[in-house]
Amino acid sequence: MLGRPLRVMAKARSWRWLRFAFGGATEEGAERSREPTRAPLPKALTRTLRGFEVPPSPYVTEDRSPKTNSSKAGTGWRAAYFRLRGQRMSAGGEPAWLLALVFGAVFLLSALPLIRLGWAGIKGLEGGEAVRVLFEAATFAALRNTLITAAGGMAISLFVGALFAFVVALTDIRGKLALSFAFMLPMMIPPQVTALAWVEMSGPSSPLLKTLGLAPPLGSPQPLYSLAGIALLLGVQHAPLVFLAVKAGLAAAPRDGVEAARLSGASPWRVFRDIVLPLSSPGLIAGAAIAFVSGIGNFGIPAILGIPASIETLPTLIFSRFASFGSSTFGEIAVLSTLIALISAAGLLLQQRALKGRDYRLIGLAGARAAFTLGRLRIAAEALLWSILALLLVAPLLALVASSLVPAYGVPLSFDTMSLNAYGEVLFRQSMTLTALKNSLFLASAAAVGLLAVTIPAGYLLVTRRGRLASLLAILIEIPYALPGIVLAVAFILAFAAPLPLIGVSLYGTIWIILAAYFSSFLAVSLKPVMSAFLQMDPSLEEAARLAGAGFLRRMRDVLLPLLAPAAGASVILVFLIAANELTVSALLWSAGTQTLGVAIFNLDDSGSSDLASALSVLVVVMVIGLMAALEFLAKYLPEGVLPWRN
Amino acid sequence: MAQLILNHLTKDFGGKGADRVRPAVSDVSLALRKQGFLALLGPSGCGKTTVLRMIAGFEQPTDGSIELGERRLSDATRVLPPEKRNMAMVFQSYALWPHMTVAENVGYPLKVRGISGEAWRKRVGDALSLVKLTDFADRRPAVLSGGQRQRVALARCLVTEPDVVLLDEPLANLDQHLRKSMEETFRAFHERSGATMIYVTHDQAEAMALATDVAVMSEGKLLQVAPPAEIYARPEGRVVGGLIGRGAIVRLNLPEGGARALDWPLLGAALGEMPAGEEHAGGGPLSDVLVRPEQVHRDSEGIPMRVLSSVFAGERFALTLALPDGQSVKAYSSVPLCEGARVPSS
Repeated sequence: MLGRPLRVMAKARSWRWLRFAFGGATEEGAERSREPTRAPLPKALTRTLRGFEVPPSPYVTEDRSPKTNSSKAGTGWRAAYFRLRGQRMSAGGEPAWLLALVFGAVFLLSALPLIRLGWAGIKGLEGGEAVRVLFEAATFAALRNTLITAAGGMAISLFVGALFAFVVALTDIRGKLALSFAFMLPMMIPPQVTALAWVEMSGPSSPLLKTLGLAPPLGSPQPLYSLAGIALLLGVQHAPLVFLAVKAGLAAAPRDGVEAARLSGASPWRVFRDIVLPLSSPGLIAGAAIAFVSGIGNFGIPAILGIPASIETLPTLIFSRFASFGSSTFGEIAVLSTLIALISAAGLLLQQRALKGRDYRLIGLAGARAAFTLGRLRIAAEALLWSILALLLVAPLLALVASSLVPAYGVPLSFDTMSLNAYGEVLFRQSMTLTALKNSLFLASAAAVGLLAVTIPAGYLLVTRRGRLASLLAILIEIPYALPGIVLAVAFILAFAAPLPLIGVSLYGTIWIILAAYFSSFLAVSLKPVMSAFLQMDPSLEEAARLAGAGFLRRMRDVLLPLLAPAAGASVILVFLIAANELTVSALLWSAGTQTLGVAIFNLDDSGSSDLASALSVLVVVMVIGLMAALEFLAKYLPEGVLPWRN
Repeated sequence: MAQLILNHLTKDFGGKGADRVRPAVSDVSLALRKQGFLALLGPSGCGKTTVLRMIAGFEQPTDGSIELGERRLSDATRVLPPEKRNMAMVFQSYALWPHMTVAENVGYPLKVRGISGEAWRKRVGDALSLVKLTDFADRRPAVLSGGQRQRVALARCLVTEPDVVLLDEPLANLDQHLRKSMEETFRAFHERSGATMIYVTHDQAEAMALATDVAVMSEGKLLQVAPPAEIYARPEGRVVGGLIGRGAIVRLNLPEGGARALDWPLLGAALGEMPAGEEHAGGGPLSDVLVRPEQVHRDSEGIPMRVLSSVFAGERFALTLALPDGQSVKAYSSVPLCEGARVPSS
C-alpha cells in the first residue's frame, strides 16, 4: 500500500508544526471533554506525530453505530428503488455522489502528483544517473549541515519551549494568554521573515545596532551566516512546538498527585523533579522530535542564512539543483527528497521508541492545573519570560522595522534619516512586489475559500462514515501536508508540466499550478477546524432535521452550514494566513509574473534590497498579527482546540 | 392512522473476532395498537434506543422489517430515509437548532414541506400555545430552561401531524419537579394528536404513568408487552418481575399446576415449610414467587422474620426482611423497626 510508508515518513515539512499545533490540540480537547479522568497526552501526541487519524467520535456508542453497513446493502432492490426516485442514498443519509466527488477531488490533489513523483524517482534510479547524487561531496555536506542545524535547533527549542510551558502551565504568573499568544508568534511568522529580521538585528550593518551605537566594525562577519546561526533560528521558529507539546501534557497533570506529594512532605522543587518532570517527559520527547523533524524540512531559514555563506542543507540543495536544471534533475530531486524523508522517519521512530512505556494514564482529576504559587518570585519569573520574548521576538521585529525605515543599507536610523520610502516603493512603485502582493492575496483567498468546498463534504463524510474508506480518505488528505513542501512542488511540476489531457494547455508556468499545489498542501489545514466542529456537533441536530423532512442539501444549507460557519471562518483565516506567507512550494513553482510574497521577500533580500525586503516583511508580520487577532476575536464561537494559544 | 409493526427486527453491529458482541437487538416482534402509547422499558444498554433509531430510519436492521400499515419502511436491504417517513422525535438532548429562534425551530418541518406565510404562522402559533410557549417565539433556544427546551422540541413534533412520534428518554435531563408536569404535557399531547407514540425510558414509573402499553426489553430481547396494570400484576419471568415495580423474588416449593396468584394459606404453607438454616429441604421443583412489598402485612398469625434494614423513605419505612431460610423480601412499615429485630415480635 502506498499510503503506509508515506504516512510514517517525511514529516519534514516547513509548515509541519501547524498540523501539530492545530491538530494536536483539537484531538486532545475532544478527548478530554468526553472523558475527564483520562490523560490523553502520550497517545494523542504520538498520533499527531505519526500522522492524521480520525479521532474517535464522541458519539459512537451503542446508540449511534458506525454507518458502514451501507456498502453491503447498496445493491438490488434498494438501488433500483432509489434510482426510480432519481437519487441514490446510503444509510448514512448522504447521497452517493458526495463520496465520489470528495474522493475524486482528493485523488486529483493528493494521489496523482505523488504517484507521478514516485514514478519519476524509479525511472531516475533505473538510469543510474540520479543515484550518483547520493555520493557527491555536496550531498554529504548538505546532509551533515542538515543534521547539525536540526539537532542544534531542537536543543534550543526544547530549552526555551519547555521553560515557557512549565512556567505558564504550572505557576500563577499573570497574563498567560498574552504570553501564549506572543510566544506563538514566531511559529506564525514565515521563516524567511524571521531570518531576515534576525539578520537585520545583528551584524555590522544593522540599523538598530548602529542607532544604538553597538554595531560591530564594518567588515566583521555577520554571525548568523553560519551553522550556529541557522540552528539558533530553527530553535526560535520551532520552540512553540515544544511549548504546545509540553503544555498539552501538563494540562492533564493531576492536581491531586501534586498535592499528595506536597502532603507527603516534598518541597516544591522535589515535586517538580519527582512528579511533574516524569509526567511531562512524553510531551518533552514528542516536542523534541517534532522540532527536529521540522528543522530538517525547513527551507526559508537556511535559504536566507545559508546561501550567502555557501552552507547548503538538503532542502536548499534540492532548490539549487532545480535552479540549475539538467537532464537528471527530476531523478536527483526524487532521490534527495527520499533522503529527507528517511531522516524524518528515523527521528520519528526514535521518538516512538522513547515514548514506549511512558503511557502515563492519569488517575484522578485531570485537567485541573497543578499550580505552584511563586510568591515573591512571580515578578522575577514574569520578567524573565517577557525579556526572553523581547530578545527572541521583539528585538528582531524592531530591527526589521528599523531597517525598513532607513533610506539605504548601512545607514543608522534617526529622525533625520527615517523615511517611509521603502513602503511607498513596495506598495506603489515596484511592479514586482505589487504583482507578488496581488498574486499572494489571490492565491491565499482562492485556496482558503475554495478548499472549503472540498473539506466541508470531506469532514462530513469522515465523521458520519467510518471504516476503511474513511481512513483512506484521511490518509490521502494528510500525505501532501506531511511531505516537505519542496517535494510536493516537484510532484506538481512532474504531474502538470505536460499539457493537460483534453484541453491541451499546460499549467506549468501559470499561477494555477501554484494554486493547485496550495489546494493539495493545505487540504489538511483547512479540514482541521471543520472536522473538529463536526465532531463536537450533536449528531441529533442533523437527525432532527432529517425527521423534519429535510433532504441532504436542504439540511446542509439550513442546519449544518450555519452551525459550521465559525469553524469555516477559522479555516479560511488559517489557510489564508499560511498560504499568503508560503515560500517553499512557490519558490519552485513561480515564474515571471507569478511570484508570491514569500518569493518576493526572498528575491529582494537576495538582490541586496534589504530595505524593501524589510518593508515587505513588516507588512507580512502586521498581516499575521492582524489575522491572529481576528482568530482570537472569533475564539468564543470556535470549537475547542482550534486555537493553539488558548486552552 | 396506520399500524406500526416490527417484524423479527434484529440489529447486529458486528465486530470481528474477539470484538464480536451479541446483537444489540435480536428478534423483536411487536404490533403497536393504533394510536397507542408504547413505553419501551429496560436497563441502559438493552437495545431500546436502537429499536427507536431503527423505527426512525437512522439505523438499518440486519434482519427483520418495519412496516407502517401497508408500507414497508425498513428491512435488511432497503431503508426509507428518515426524511420521507413523516415521523417526529424528541431527542434526549432535544436537538434544537441553536441558530434558529423558537418559532423557526418549531416551524422548520413546515418550512421544509413548503408551507409559509400566514398558514405557517398560524400552525406554529397553535403548536406553541399548546406547550404554553407563545411568549418565547422569538427567543433562541440557548436562553431557555431545560423544561422550556423540552417543550419546544415537543411543539416541533406537534406541528406536522406525524404518523409516529418517537421520544428518546425525553425526561432524563430534567429534575423531578419538571418531570411530573412534562408527563402531563405528554399525556395531553397524546390525547390531542392521536399519533402513535413510542417512548423510550429506563424509568418504570414514567412508563407506567404514561403508556397504554409497556414493552420490557433486556439484552436485546423483547420480554413482555402488556398494559401497565397487567404487566404489574402478571410479569413474565424473573427479569420482568425484577424490573417492574418493587418487590423481591423468592424461590419456594409449590405444588405444581396451581393458580398464578397465590392465596395466603398456600403461600403461608410454602413459606412455613422451610426450616431455618436448611437449604431448601423437602425436594420438589422450586418456583419463583414475586412478593410485592405492599402485600406483606404484619400479623401475629404470620411467619417470623428478621429485619435486615429499615430505611426511612419519606411517607413510610422501607424494610428488608429475612425469611427463616435466609431469602429476603421487601415490605413497608409505618413505624421504625430496629435492625436485627424479629417481627412479628413474639
